[in-house]
Amino acid sequence: MTIITILILLMLIAAIAAAVFKDLLNAVIALCIVSLINALLFYFLHAPDVAMAEAAIGAALVTAIFVIVIKKTTRYEE
Amino acid sequence: MRKIISILLLFILTAGFTLCLLDIPFGEQKTKVGNYYINNGARETGAANIVTSVVVNYRGFDTLGEITILFTAAIGLAAVLGHPKKNKDPQPKEPASLIVYTGYRILFPFMLLFGAYIFIHGHLTPGGGFQGGAVIASAFILMYMSSKDKKINPTAVKIIESLAGLTFVGTAAAALTLGRPFLSNFMPKGEFMTLLSAGIIPVIYIAVGFKVGAEFSGIIHDLTGGN
Repeated sequence: MTIITILILLMLIAAIAAAVFKDLLNAVIALCIVSLINALLFYFLHAPDVAMAEAAIGAALVTAIFVIVIKKTTRYEE
Repeated sequence: MRKIISILLLFILTAGFTLCLLDIPFGEQKTKVGNYYINNGARETGAANIVTSVVVNYRGFDTLGEITILFTAAIGLAAVLGHPKKNKDPQPKEPASLIVYTGYRILFPFMLLFGAYIFIHGHLTPGGGFQGGAVIASAFILMYMSSKDKKINPTAVKIIESLAGLTFVGTAAAALTLGRPFLSNFMPKGEFMTLLSAGIIPVIYIAVGFKVGAEFSGIIHDLTGGN
C-alpha cells in the first residue's frame, strides 16, 4: 500500500464525513482536510504549483469564507 | 422508488466515467503541443519554469481573462456587501485566544515574504502570481482571525489592484508601440535561470500577484463586515 493509496482513503473518509456531519462547522473542517490531502496528492504527483494553489485557496480561503458565512447564518443543519 | 432511480443513475454515471478514463494514457504520450512547449519553451521565452512560460506567454490572453473574472467577482461582492452599516450596535469585541494572536504576530511577516517570494520567482520555481497572491491573502485572513481591531485599508487595496491591472495591460500593450503583437515578449531575455530574465514574464507575474492578493484580501474584508 503506497502513501498515495493511504492518502486517497483518508480523503474519502473526510469527504464522507463532510457530507454526514450535522454540525456545519465540523463539515467545513472536514472539507478543509479534503483540500489539504488533495494538495499533498498533487505534490506527490509532481505538480507543486497546483499543490500550492490548492493549499492556499482550497484549504485557507474557502474555509475562511465558509466559516464567516456560518457565523452570519446558522451553525446546525435541521 | 426515488432511491432506486438515484442508485441506478449513480451506477450508470460511474460506469461511464470508468469507461472514459480507462482509455486515456495518463502521462505516457504527450501531445504535439505539449512536446513543442517542452522542447522550445525555455529557449523561446527565457523562463526556466515551463508552466509559467505557458501561462504568461503562450496563453497570456487566458491569464488576462482569468484576472478579469476575479476582478468582476470582487466587484460584485463589494457591490452587495461592501456598504458600511451606519446604525449597527457596537458589538463587544472579544479578543482571540493568545495562541492565535501570538501565531499571527510571528507568522504574518513570513507569510507575506513567502507569498512575495513565490510570485517574484514565478519564472524560475514552481508557483506564480496566483499562488503567491493566495498566500498573501491567507496571511490577511490570519490577521482578521486574530484581532478585530486591525483592518486593511480598502482604499489602498483598490489602488493596488487598479495599478497592478494597469501594469499588466500596459506591459502587454507596450509591445504594440514596437510594432509587435499584444503580449509579445519585447524585453531582453537576459541570462537563463537568473532573477532578471525572461523579459516581460516577471513583470506581468508580479502584477498578477499584487492583483490577486489585493482582490482576495478585499473579498475577506467585505465578507467580515467592512468598515
